[in-house]
Amino acid sequence: MSKTNTLLIRTPEGIVFSQELAGPLSRFLAWLIDFVIVLTATSVVAMAFLLLDVVTAGLGQAFAVLVQFALMLGYGIYFEWFRRGQTIGKRILRLRVVDLQGLRMKPSQVVIRNLLRFVDMLPVFYLVGGIACVVNRRSQRLGDLAANTVVVRIPKITEPDLDQLASGKFNSLRNSPHLEARLRQRTSAQEAALVLQALVRRDALDPQARVELFAEIARHFQEKVPFPSEATDGITDEQYVRNVADSLYRPNRTNRPAATEATASAT
Amino acid sequence: MIVDLKRFVTNERPYWTELESLLNRIENDDRRVPSIGELRRFHYLYDRTAAGLAKVSSLAAEPETRRYLESLIARAYGEIHETRDRQHRFSPVTWFFQSLPQAFRRHVRAFWLSVAITILGSVFGGFAVAYDPEAKAAVMPEMFASHLGDPSERVAREERERDTPSAGNMSSFSAQLMVNNISVSIRAMAFGMTWGIGTILLLFYNGVILGVVAVDYVTAGQTTFLLGWLLPHGSIELPAIVMGGQAGLMLASALIGWGQRNTMRARFRDIAPDLTTLIAGIALMLVWAGLVEAFFSQYHEPTLPYAVKIAFGLTELVLLCLFLGRCGKSPVQPSSPTS
Repeated sequence: MSKTNTLLIRTPEGIVFSQELAGPLSRFLAWLIDFVIVLTATSVVAMAFLLLDVVTAGLGQAFAVLVQFALMLGYGIYFEWFRRGQTIGKRILRLRVVDLQGLRMKPSQVVIRNLLRFVDMLPVFYLVGGIACVVNRRSQRLGDLAANTVVVRIPKITEPDLDQLASGKFNSLRNSPHLEARLRQRTSAQEAALVLQALVRRDALDPQARVELFAEIARHFQEKVPFPSEATDGITDEQYVRNVADSLYRPNRTNRPAATEATASAT
Repeated sequence: MIVDLKRFVTNERPYWTELESLLNRIENDDRRVPSIGELRRFHYLYDRTAAGLAKVSSLAAEPETRRYLESLIARAYGEIHETRDRQHRFSPVTWFFQSLPQAFRRHVRAFWLSVAITILGSVFGGFAVAYDPEAKAAVMPEMFASHLGDPSERVAREERERDTPSAGNMSSFSAQLMVNNISVSIRAMAFGMTWGIGTILLLFYNGVILGVVAVDYVTAGQTTFLLGWLLPHGSIELPAIVMGGQAGLMLASALIGWGQRNTMRARFRDIAPDLTTLIAGIALMLVWAGLVEAFFSQYHEPTLPYAVKIAFGLTELVLLCLFLGRCGKSPVQPSSPTS
C-alpha cells in the first residue's frame, strides 16, 4: 500500500470527507513543545516538594517522585482525553489525534497510545516512533498503530471568498448565450476550479507572473470556445478570465425563466 | 458547471456559521448537556451541511469551499457518532471486582506463557550462579548492588541494624519502587510492539535476576530470610510484572495475528479495553507492593519474625490467586474472545 497524506472517511449517510494527516516533523515539533511544558512543570514540582522536604525529611521527595512520574505519564493522557485529542503542543500546531474512523478517541485508545510512548521514544528522541511514522502509510507511530489512531491537521477555516467574482462588471461573453452555454458544457470541474483559484489568489501573485498566468488561462479558454471578436476585443486577459468565471459560476445572472433557474441550482 | 455557486454559498452560509458556532460551544464545554431541541437542530445542520458538501464535492469546482465544509463535517461527525463508550457510568468497584479479573482470565494463556518465560529465565540465572559465582556480578543491575556480596553477611548486617528509618525516608524509597516497577511493567507491555521480542527479553532477564538472587541465598543457607524478605512485596510485585508481560504478549499476538482471521485493526480494537484494564490493575498492585516493600519487607528479625512476614506474603498470594481466578465469575460465563 502506498503512503498517503489524507484520511478518507465515508459517513453512514454516504458522504465522503477527507482529513489531512500530520507528518513526522510537525508531530515532533508538537512533542517538543509538550516536552518543554512537562519539563518545566516537573522542575517546579521538584522545587516545591524539596522545600517541603526540609520540614518532613523525605516525604517531600516521595511526593516529588510520584507527582513527576504522574505528570510525565498523565500529561498526554489528560489532554488527549479531555481536550479532544489535543495536547498544548498539538493545539499550537493545529494537530489533533483522532480515531481511524475520524471519531473521538475512546479512553482505552488514549491510554494505549500514550503508554506505548515507552517503545516509540527508544533509543532517543522518538527514533523508533519517527521511523514507524515515515514507513507507515498513515504516518502512525507504534502507539497509534496499536490504538487505531491517527494525527490529523486541522485546517485554518476560512469561509470561501466569492466576492472576487461579484465584480458587477459588464460581461461581454453574455452577448453570445449559445457560446456561453457551450463554454459551460466543455469546461471540466478542474478547469473551473483553476479559474476561480487564479482569481481568488491574483493579488498574491507577482505582477509579471500574474500577467503570464492570466494570458495562458485566457488562451486556453479562447481555444476551447472561440468567441466573436466584438466580445473579446479591448479587454485584458484577466478580464476575459473573470468573464469566463462569471459565466461558469453564475449562469443565472441574465434574465432567465424562473423554472430554469431553480433546476440549475438544484443540480 | 450549472450550479450558481455564489447564490448557493450565500443561501447556505448562515447554516454553516450556525453549525460552526454550535460546534465551538460543544467543544469548549464538554460537560454541557444539550436539550433535545438543540440536538435536533444540530443534527439538521449536520445533514444540511453534509448535503452541501456532497453537492460541492460532485462538482469539485471550489476547493476552498469543499475544505471548509469537510472541516465542519469532520468535527460534527466526530460529535454525532461518538457515543460508543459512554452509555454506562464508570463504577470503580465493578471495575475492580469484575472487569479486572475477567480481563485477566480472558487472556490467561498469555499470562501462563509470561510465567513460563520468567521461570525459564530464573532457571537459567540459578544455574549460572550455581556453576559460576562470577555470573552474579555480570547479570545483576546496578540497583541490586547490595546483593553482590555474601548473602550471610548481608543477613547478619540487616539483623544487626536496629535503627528504624524515618517515615519520610521510607516514603521516598516506596515512591521510587513504585515508579520503577510501574515503568518496568509498562515497558513489558509496550515492548509487545516489537513482535513480542522485547517483552520476552525483559521477562527473561527479570527471571534471571530472580534466579540468581534465589539460588545465591538458598545455597548460603538463608532461605528463611529470602522468603521473609521477598514474599511480602514479591507476591504482588512479581505477578504484576508478569501481568505486564501478559499485556505485552497480547499486543504481540494482535500485531502478528497468527491463526486469527480478522484484520490487524480489528485485533487491536478487540484487545484495547482489556489492555487498559490490565495495565491500570497492574499499577494498583505495584502501588501496594511499593508500600509493603518500603514499610514492611525491610524489617527483619528480631524486629519482625520471619514467620509473620512469610505468612503475610503467602496470604497475599492466596488472596491474589482467588481474586484473579474467581472474582467476577457469573454462574454462566459468557463466551469471550481468545487471547
